[in-house]
Parts: sequence; C-alpha cells; structure tokens
Amino acid sequence: MTPRQRRMLWVGLIVAGVSAATFLALAAFQKNLLYFYTPSQIAAGEAPTGYAFRVGGLVKKGSVHREPDSLAVRFTLTDGAAEVTVFYDGILPDLFREGQGIIAIGRLQPDGRFQATQVLAKHDENYMPPEVAEALERSGKLPPVDDFRRMGR
Amino acid sequence: MTWHEFVHMGGYGAYVWSAYGLTAAVLLWNLAAPLRRRREVLARLRRWYEQENGR
Amino acid sequence: MWAFLHRLASPRHFYHLTGRWIPWLGAATALCLATGLYLGLWVAPPDYQQGDSFRIMYVHVPAAWLSLFVYVFMAAAGAVGLIWNMKMADCLAVSAAPVGASFTFLALATGAIWGKPMWGTWWVWDARLTSELILLFLYLGYIALQNAIEDPRTAARAGAILAIVGSVNIPIIHYSVEWWNTLHQGPTVTRFDKPAIHPSMLWPLLLMALAFQLYFFTVLLMRARSELLWRERRSRWVRELLTQDDIQPSAEREEATP
Repeated sequence: MTPRQRRMLWVGLIVAGVSAATFLALAAFQKNLLYFYTPSQIAAGEAPTGYAFRVGGLVKKGSVHREPDSLAVRFTLTDGAAEVTVFYDGILPDLFREGQGIIAIGRLQPDGRFQATQVLAKHDENYMPPEVAEALERSGKLPPVDDFRRMGR
Repeated sequence: MTWHEFVHMGGYGAYVWSAYGLTAAVLLWNLAAPLRRRREVLARLRRWYEQENGR
Repeated sequence: MWAFLHRLASPRHFYHLTGRWIPWLGAATALCLATGLYLGLWVAPPDYQQGDSFRIMYVHVPAAWLSLFVYVFMAAAGAVGLIWNMKMADCLAVSAAPVGASFTFLALATGAIWGKPMWGTWWVWDARLTSELILLFLYLGYIALQNAIEDPRTAARAGAILAIVGSVNIPIIHYSVEWWNTLHQGPTVTRFDKPAIHPSMLWPLLLMALAFQLYFFTVLLMRARSELLWRERRSRWVRELLTQDDIQPSAEREEATP
C-alpha cells in the first residue's frame, strides 16, 4: 500500500466512523429531536402530560373563537386524523389564520384541552402571487398544506 | 409598484430592509477583507525579501 | 481537461490564470445580482400568504445554499490536500472558510428576521435551525484551528480532518425538515416533483443563487491568491514578481499586462 492509498483509507474510515456514530446518536435521540407532537400522537397518548411540550397542526376551518375585549382565543388543531382544542391568551403571529399550519407551546390539561403559552405559525413551502392563489382556490386546486398530514400518518 | 410601496414593503419594510442591509454589509466586508489582506501580504513579502537580501 | 486542471494545480499558473478571471467573475456577479435584486424586490408579486416579507427569501435561501456548498467545497479541497499533498487545495480550503462562515451567519440572521413576523419568534431550537448553527460553529472551529497552528501544512491537515468529520452535518441539515417535525418549512425548489413556487418568484431566486455562487468564487480566488503568494514566498516566481521593481508593486502591474 502506498502512503497515498493509506491516507485515502484513513479519510474513508473517518467518514464511515463518524457517520455511523452520528446515525446511532440520532436514532437514539429521535424522540427528543421532534420539534412538536401531532394531534394524532396526543390522541394515542404519546405526548407528555407532566410538562410543557409543543403541538403542531392545521387550524380547523371555522373553529377560531375570539373573546371580545381581550386577546383570548380558542381554536381546534387537526392533522386530518385527530383533533385537539387549544386555548391561548396573547398575540398571534401574522400568518395565523384558519387552514394555516401552526405550533402551540403549552401543557395538556387533565380534561384533554391544550393550554398554550405561545403560538407560532409554520409557513409551508408554497409561494405564489395572490391572484394565482385565488384562481387555484376557485378551481379547487390550491395545494393542500400536506405537511401535517404527512407527519400524522 | 410605486416608490412608497417599495420602501414600505406591505408593512414589512423594517424586516425586509434590515435583512438586505445586513446582507449588503456582509458581502461588502467579504470583498474588502481580501483586498486589505492582499495589500498586507504584498507589504510583508517586500519586507521579507529585503531582510533576505540584507543578510 | 486533465492537462488544464494539472496546470491549475501549479501555484504559478493558478496565480496568473485566476488574476485574469477575477474581473470577469466580478462583472458576472454584479450583473446577476443587479438583475436578481430588480426582479426580486421590484417585479415579483407579493406572496399570497406572506405578503412582501417573503422577499427576504432572495437573500436567505442563496446564503443557506451557499453555506452548505462552501462547506462541501472546503471539505473536498481539504481531502484532496490531505491525500495528494496538494498545496493549492490547502490554499483553497483555507480561503473558503471565512466566506462560508459569513454565508452561514447570513442564513441564520436573515432567517431570524424572517421568522419574527412570520413564525412569531426569532429563533426556535428545531432540527433545521440547530444543525445550521452547528455548521457555523464548525466553520468557526476550522478558522480558529488555522489561527492556532503556526505551520501551514500542519494547520491544513488538522483543518481538513475537522472539515471531513463535520461534513456528516451537511445531509443532516438538508434532510432535517423531512426526517423530523420542524418549524422550518420543507424544501421548495429541490423537490423531486415540480417546485412549489410560481415562476415569477422562482426566477429571481435562481438568479440570486447564481449571483451568490459567482460571488463566492470571486472572493475565494481573491483570498487564495494572496494566501498563495505568502505560502510560496520561497519560490522564484514570487520573488521575481515582487523584486523586479522596488518602487511600484510589480505584482499589480504584472496583472495589467496579459
């Protein structure tokens, strides 16, 4: 083996070793790397009950109720398979609207409702001018926000 | 689009323009740094050769 | 092709050839940047959901792409320098690091500026943002390593190993939005089916990405040439370049006459 081949082998071994170690570490921490839980996971009892976590889903159409004279709001999150009702009192991001993907941070109450302390909007990967979006909506071809459905499976 | 709309950016002017301003600053710095470095290296080399010749 | 690459690997030819390329690269960068900015900031319509704030994408996405590209370039150049003992490759790897670090910083900063109005927060610890932050630390670690080790050969070797080890982070950054639930949205342009972006908004993005790419090569070559002169100071061609004339910086004059 020439010195050059030996160096090549070393580089290959480093890459293989580090990749394997990283793969194992990521596989071990898979759960902790999830940024949020889906309503389906909550329904299946996979979400923690003792401490705060995040839930992500689409704001169900027609489910948003705002309290008059305050910032309090109640809405339903869905991932297409399961739903969870969220309570929140605070400022909502600009992108918050019905049908929008959002992430709520808070605790699951004993009665199964979710009390949020912060609400973040998750925008999707689709970009288009408003006129195009309107035309697509009229023809019923507006791309579904499939992010959460994909994750809910 | 009018000038006003361009600056206002639909209410997101502060965000859009600070992002572009920051980008411009970083790109300009990355352009200035190698130019400065080149002057430095040329000066250092000249000193280095002078020392070598002096010996 | 091989003969051409071989010539490039020779420091002297590299220095003279790239000296002639830089003005052209710079002009192409300026052209793409001007067109991309005009189309992106003035012509492209606002997004149906994000309004005009989506225009931050035109600096955020190219910076993020380049942060990955430059790292791969740096690790590959480092590996070539390590395996084939090629000084030119070391020089390119070392010169790429600060540029890559600043692209990574830009991607993180403009992303935060975009995130505040859209997500409702500057920063979250999701898999995409965290892995991109780790990339910034990898770049900074590489630069610190170069500064800490006196001998350029040793520094380049140590840096190459760090860069190669760190390259496992690259696929993690790219696929993080698919492997885990993240706040960051999924890929738009690099999807296998057609991009989920209207052509009037896609063109400025591609132009800006091209501009950033050309910009990278321009400043990379500028950095690499100075680095090369210093590292090759013992060779005859550098000595001749600098001592031909003691009054004027002859290196500059030499470029002007092809």
